[in-house]
Amino acid sequence: MRRRYLWDRLVKYLLLASAFSALLVLLLIGLFTLQEAWPALVRVGPLRLLTGTSWRPGQGQYGILPMIAGSLWVTAVSVVIALPIGLGTAVFLVEVAPGRLAGVVKPAVELLAGIPSVVYGLFGMLMLVPLLRRLPVPRNSGFGILAAGIVLAVMVLPTLITISADALRAVPQSYKEGSLALGVTHWQTIWGVIVPAARSGIVAAVILAVGRALGETMAMIMVIGNSPIIPVPLSSNPLTILLSQARTLTGNIAVEIAYASGLQESALFATGVVLFLLILLINGTARLLLGKRASASA
Amino acid sequence: METTVNLPLSSRQRLSAAGQPMLASGYGRRRFVQGAGFALLWAAAGLTVGLLAIVIGYIFVRGLPGLSWRFLVTAPEGGLSGGGGISTTIVTTAYLVLLTLAIATPLGSGAALYMSEYAGDSLGLQIVRFGIEMLAGVPSIVFGLFGYALFVTRMHFGFSLLSASLATAALVLPVVIRTAEESLQAVPRDLREASLALGTTKWQTIWGVVLPSALPGMLTGVILSAGRIVSETAVLYVTLGGSSLLPRNIMDGGRTLALHLFYLATETNAPVSKQMATGVVLIALILLINFSTNWLGRKWKAKTL
Repeated sequence: MRRRYLWDRLVKYLLLASAFSALLVLLLIGLFTLQEAWPALVRVGPLRLLTGTSWRPGQGQYGILPMIAGSLWVTAVSVVIALPIGLGTAVFLVEVAPGRLAGVVKPAVELLAGIPSVVYGLFGMLMLVPLLRRLPVPRNSGFGILAAGIVLAVMVLPTLITISADALRAVPQSYKEGSLALGVTHWQTIWGVIVPAARSGIVAAVILAVGRALGETMAMIMVIGNSPIIPVPLSSNPLTILLSQARTLTGNIAVEIAYASGLQESALFATGVVLFLLILLINGTARLLLGKRASASA
Repeated sequence: METTVNLPLSSRQRLSAAGQPMLASGYGRRRFVQGAGFALLWAAAGLTVGLLAIVIGYIFVRGLPGLSWRFLVTAPEGGLSGGGGISTTIVTTAYLVLLTLAIATPLGSGAALYMSEYAGDSLGLQIVRFGIEMLAGVPSIVFGLFGYALFVTRMHFGFSLLSASLATAALVLPVVIRTAEESLQAVPRDLREASLALGTTKWQTIWGVVLPSALPGMLTGVILSAGRIVSETAVLYVTLGGSSLLPRNIMDGGRTLALHLFYLATETNAPVSKQMATGVVLIALILLINFSTNWLGRKWKAKTL
């Protein structure tokens, strides 16, 4: 009898310990990346690291501003492309799709989320980049912000779709019925009532998609060209900035970590710290917006 | 909100002036706008499915010709040529999946059990939940850096299966916890109460009643995590070493299928057909995993309802 209850207590504490595992891992990640980044933070200085415009490890220049710019550019391009498609698909799934068709679209979205990022990278490298290379712009290699942004748009679609669909589904049925009862068309109800009511969830979906985009690594280094430069237009047409090569924060780590040592390695960890903090900030904001509903279910 | 105020007005106009051609055409215009809007929604959904079809179709069309039984069972040659097949990478993928799940599943299930069965809605639990959600968003390359700093360097595990699976386990932990918790919460309350009423301890109830009912759902989560591990590259790129040889024990490095594909595409002169064929195998694996989780999920739902 007593052994039974002793065992009961023991198990409870074991489970309690494992409940804290995720929090512990999060803390350890922050701790270890910061510790490895420390030499760079001290010797280069956080300000020069963040605002330095040139990354030349051979000459002791460790500015990650080009990578911040690169990450922001590809993220912006991907969200601009993915948002209309993603939101449209989400509204379609929740409001319009006949049951059987929803049964096709939903698994397709799951599969899009499941395809490995190297496969997207391969697709971008062998199909998209040669296609973009045909654009008659001087010094256009095909690799660059546009190629990376398009690949990334496909990759963030599932996040956008699932989270905004959840938000649309959470709109009370009475809103929709009330609107329809006023003699309004279904389309007007969608645009005038349902989408505005789901606004905060949709904004959260966009923010989470941004977080997802900033974190993508392998597909990016395969299509973006990886030059650590602040993107500039290739010709007098400002739009050609999209054909400029760039490097993302994630790519900076992945491209150089294999052969880096000393201060360079530390600077790469500092890049990781910046990325980590940026993502925590972004996902924290999304969680606040989503309130109590589980935010990262995608 | 402005539109919702305007709408009843426009419908009243239509009613009071029924039959007048001008206002009837206003109604027609609304119908037209609705038709155009719905067409856009169909287009968006079609584009989503179409993009998937293009990516998968492109890889399959260009990869299937290069795929053969010999390709699957021949070891890769390594080096710059990118020659040979993919046999060792398939086995290494299996090793890594098993080892990672062996670490993440007990830990994640334990965490889910505590959160679902023991903890109330306390502040501590909210912090834990917040941690899980934040961990789920951390980019995989950061897990890689962490694994490299802690397991590869600090703990001297080197570039090995062990380092890689520890880092990857951290990556999939949130997925395991969340899916396990969901399936535990789907177990009806009456089952627990009936068992406790028979005089069992809490743990006996969990072990004998709750866990067996939640098992199929938890299994779905485990398979889902297996999919994540198969697709993962960034973590492995900085922790697994990348040797094309078969690892003989957990302290050996290696390369999984996804990592091999990355090397083929970026660091070798392997012909495109070989890269594509590797991509086909990878996609086929993911398809298999997705189908089995969907199938399991349906079967489980049918049973509990």
